[in-house]
Amino acid sequence: MDRLLLKSGGWFALALLALLAALMAADSGFAVHMGIACAAALLMAVVTVRGADYAGIARGLLKMPVDQGKYDDDPIRWGVIATVFWGLAGFLAGLFIALQLAFPALNLGIEYTSFGRLRPLHTSAVIFAFGGNALIATSFYVVQRTCRARLAFPTLARFVFWGYQLFIVLAATGYLMGITEGREYAEPEWYVDLWLTIVWVAYLVVFGGTILKRSEPHIYVANWFYLSFILTIAMLHIVNNLSMPVSLLGSKSYSAFAGVQDALTQWWYGHNAVGFFLTAGFLAMMYYFVPKQAERPIYSYRLSIIHFWSLIFLYIWAGPHHLHYTALPDWAQTLGMVFSVMLWMPSWGGMINGLMTLNGAWDRIRTDPIIRMMVMALAFYGMSTFEGPMMSVKAVNSLSHYTEWTIGHVHSGALGWNGLITFASLYYLAPRLWKRERLYSLRLVNWHFWLATVGIVLYAASMWVAGIMQGLMWREYGSDGYLVYAFSEVVSAMFPMYVIRAAGGLMYLAGAIIMAWNIGKTIAGSPLREEKPMSDAAYDPAADRPLVTQPA
Amino acid sequence: MSYDALRHFADSWGLVFMAVTYAVLIGWHFLPKGRERSDKAALAIFETDETEAGNG
Repeated sequence: MDRLLLKSGGWFALALLALLAALMAADSGFAVHMGIACAAALLMAVVTVRGADYAGIARGLLKMPVDQGKYDDDPIRWGVIATVFWGLAGFLAGLFIALQLAFPALNLGIEYTSFGRLRPLHTSAVIFAFGGNALIATSFYVVQRTCRARLAFPTLARFVFWGYQLFIVLAATGYLMGITEGREYAEPEWYVDLWLTIVWVAYLVVFGGTILKRSEPHIYVANWFYLSFILTIAMLHIVNNLSMPVSLLGSKSYSAFAGVQDALTQWWYGHNAVGFFLTAGFLAMMYYFVPKQAERPIYSYRLSIIHFWSLIFLYIWAGPHHLHYTALPDWAQTLGMVFSVMLWMPSWGGMINGLMTLNGAWDRIRTDPIIRMMVMALAFYGMSTFEGPMMSVKAVNSLSHYTEWTIGHVHSGALGWNGLITFASLYYLAPRLWKRERLYSLRLVNWHFWLATVGIVLYAASMWVAGIMQGLMWREYGSDGYLVYAFSEVVSAMFPMYVIRAAGGLMYLAGAIIMAWNIGKTIAGSPLREEKPMSDAAYDPAADRPLVTQPA
Repeated sequence: MSYDALRHFADSWGLVFMAVTYAVLIGWHFLPKGRERSDKAALAIFETDETEAGNG
């Protein structure tokens, strides 16, 4: 009883503090955020006091298996649902801002729905909400299986999940209200950064703790990738967000760095967010789920070790390629370029390692749509890790930088590699976590695969054309020494490409909606969809009879 | 340490240190028995255990 009083009292006190902060806030955005924090703390207090088994009720509603089994899978089930939900939200936001670029009237003339506010909402929703939830859920799944140990600190694991969702809500509402540090992929303000730091340290403790209590002597390579992702993101997040708030009760803060140092810190962060969040973390998924789905061990375990250490040693230096031809010292720009080009080799080593895992079982690409998705993800990993080093070469960058080519490059990596490997992992996880025979429908996975693939091709191809055209038009001089094209002419020339890009985005979103339906039906335990199997051996009844000896 | 000194340390001994560390971390797996240990590690994820046996 005393314990209960202490716990609920603590939550109430926290709610009261947040309410006070909201009342004394220096700006309205901070007040709204403290209101959200107050509501979250009150909710926790009520849940604690009522003592009902809310976890059990939720488990019933979401048809989670009652048998808790050897592993602690509830946070992973929550994570699968959150990943699907945030994926849909992020893709929808992306489609909307793509349409805004083609049809500016869609800005609606309201500040909250303007491109500038919705764009970070889209990037953070897909990277941190969709990708982050996928990483947290799969890392908890993989670390338990490969270590043969139950999750360490189960309460802390639940805190990581819900705390991360609160971070997402605070970040997203902040962007809409115009609260931003103006640092790409690190837009949330100082207090949201502090909250994420707490959640992230808890994540490290749960993941690291599970590795420490493992009953398997060897730490499987996927865990190396996950651990490097967690540790590096902690370091990047803290250093890049060093800042001084104007007021302890206000949302505005100023960076600890100034000028080109600030820019380099930001892109050291920004590029390694790509390298360790979107690459190392998702490679961890690849190194576990591809061998499991293919039912064959990874092609070369030693190649995966080389892949790992090469990424670690090279990636961290590549950031300056975002600052070619700026005030950054020339040697630093060249350093960034050289390391980016060197990164090409380990990246392709990793791609080959993943693809060659199917060596001797290539027919699985035809018969298994999940394998097909994984192979396409690896193909896009290879394509974007070739395109990236090429674009980091200064001569290429002088054409490509600030153009839509960059946007196309990012999306071939994000939609093609991160998206498809996540979808494949979700398809692998859903039936196993909810103890179903298999997915509701494999044909729908196939539909998702083709919608997503054609969508990415439309997206990347239209952005190549738009970007190169844009770059060439910008630098076109006439014989009189003046620029040939006005900026507005370049913008209007890109209209058809913008429409094609939006069409690609629509297809990608449509595929994700099909996935949500498929995974939803799997969770609900619906009878499997009646459909033609993905592959059948040919059968000819006329030929299916014994050979009769012919009379002489 | 001045910027200049740091810069010279970084592209001399710092670089050597990183290169040697990298070579050791990779080379470790190419010692005798490395292949055997690696193959074992690659197969470890397929050893069935009770929870996955039903739905693996």
